[in-house]
Amino acid sequence: MKTETSENFDDAKLARRSFLRYAGAGVASAGLLAIASCSKDHVSPSANNGIGKGDLASSFNANHIDIGSGDLAILNYAYALEQLEAAFYIQAASSPYSGITTAESDFLTEIRDHEVCHREFFKAALGSHAIPVLTVDFSSINFSSRSSVLRAAKAFEDAGVKAYDGAGYLIQNKEYLTLAGKIVSVEARHAALIRNLLEWGSYASSDVVDNNGLNTSLSIAQVLPIANTYLKTKVSAVNYNYKAS
Amino acid sequence: MNLLNIIEEIEKADPEVTERLSPRRDAIKNITSFGSKVAIAALPFALGTMFKKAYGSTSTTSTVIDVLNFALTLEYLESYFYNQGTASAGLIPAADTKYIAEITDDENHHVTFLKAVITQLGGTPVSSPTFDLTAGNGSHNGPFEDVLTNYQTFLAVAETFEDTGVRAYKGQAHNLLGNQVVLTAALSIHAVEARHASAIRYLRTNKYGANVKPWITSTLSLGNDTGIALVNANYAYENNVVQGGVDLTTLPGATAGSKTSVATATAAFDEALDMQAVLALLVGSFIVN
Repeated sequence: MKTETSENFDDAKLARRSFLRYAGAGVASAGLLAIASCSKDHVSPSANNGIGKGDLASSFNANHIDIGSGDLAILNYAYALEQLEAAFYIQAASSPYSGITTAESDFLTEIRDHEVCHREFFKAALGSHAIPVLTVDFSSINFSSRSSVLRAAKAFEDAGVKAYDGAGYLIQNKEYLTLAGKIVSVEARHAALIRNLLEWGSYASSDVVDNNGLNTSLSIAQVLPIANTYLKTKVSAVNYNYKAS
Repeated sequence: MNLLNIIEEIEKADPEVTERLSPRRDAIKNITSFGSKVAIAALPFALGTMFKKAYGSTSTTSTVIDVLNFALTLEYLESYFYNQGTASAGLIPAADTKYIAEITDDENHHVTFLKAVITQLGGTPVSSPTFDLTAGNGSHNGPFEDVLTNYQTFLAVAETFEDTGVRAYKGQAHNLLGNQVVLTAALSIHAVEARHASAIRYLRTNKYGANVKPWITSTLSLGNDTGIALVNANYAYENNVVQGGVDLTTLPGATAGSKTSVATATAAFDEALDMQAVLALLVGSFIVN
């Protein structure tokens, strides 16, 4: 995931300052600041110990991070999911499955651009509070197969929608909540399209929309184990009852 | 209970309010056009304040019930729209019956669900307003006069309702901050409305030659991507490219050396609309006053 170029850096830095000022600073960040300075070269033997005891720095390494607490945790949770989605569509768009139509190729390319936009937004907005770039593992996806790619896309989009919906109530800042809302509806638009591509008319089927007409939602502790199956960098959320194994 | 009923209630309770609301009530009544001619700024200064008065206290529960009754009003409209469409012989092609029925069912469920939640919270669900699906404020010869006889008009109105519904729910999220049950439910309906919007848009493009994406792709000068100028106001601000103080067009794009385009920046983020703006788009056109 190589995206930030030096020519964009100043813009991004300005944008970040503006975001943090605008959003207010009343969010916990000590643990997240520690992440940025953690070792990326060594797997600490205490990787799975000590998390939640406040000694966060010793708990993080390139293969295992925690999102921390407070609004920054939720934003980093979103950033993690957007990194995953962006990486998936970058690969799907760069190695099109056999028999892909022009319309499908255009759609996947546009969705890729949206997900990269989400990822870059969080990266710029979070600045030094951002979790590191995650290493993905898509070995379970056959990128030459339409079925494999679209089913994976469906899984990512549906999970993304459920994740944002399920974590919304944890957000304490109104502006952040609205921003999450602005993104989740686009993820839902993606999900509906991908489902229609797989099976016409399945855009809001009963496996994602319940009898009250509500999209099902998932907690952080339910989403991260799924996300981690596609990640080499394991993401934990000990403050939200989930520690990656 | 519709908007004017609410104002009348306030008038009954406090005759002095009549004097202050009077010109604004005229402003509401005079909104007979739908779309770009509707000036949001000309609407009553504080419909939110009126709602608070109509519903009593300003407690958190009251705010939550106000939001839910607002949502219920929108769901009444969508539910009525799809049920009327379904009941109009020859409108929906047989091949699309099941596709549309999925949305109809969801909207009907939203009405039932919201009424139940409002009741559970100790509130009283508002009753359904009177609707005019042609946007004619009761004349039934508004700009969408053939909405129940011309399937393409029906789909165009559906698209606008869904996209606007997404914006309306998004605009209320902050009023439900931290409320695990109600906010999560509202966000979950919001996501379903977005699925519907995507589905209607894709149906129009895939089968009927429209040129819209499942997402709203704006230009810097125009939020509306539907090609239907009458609904420009429903897409106002969708052309925003600055999120949380970050100008998205300064960010790196997906390909090496590129930056994020306006099309991508606007499509990647849907915009919110507040209660007053949403009602301004509907009352006096689709919602009869």
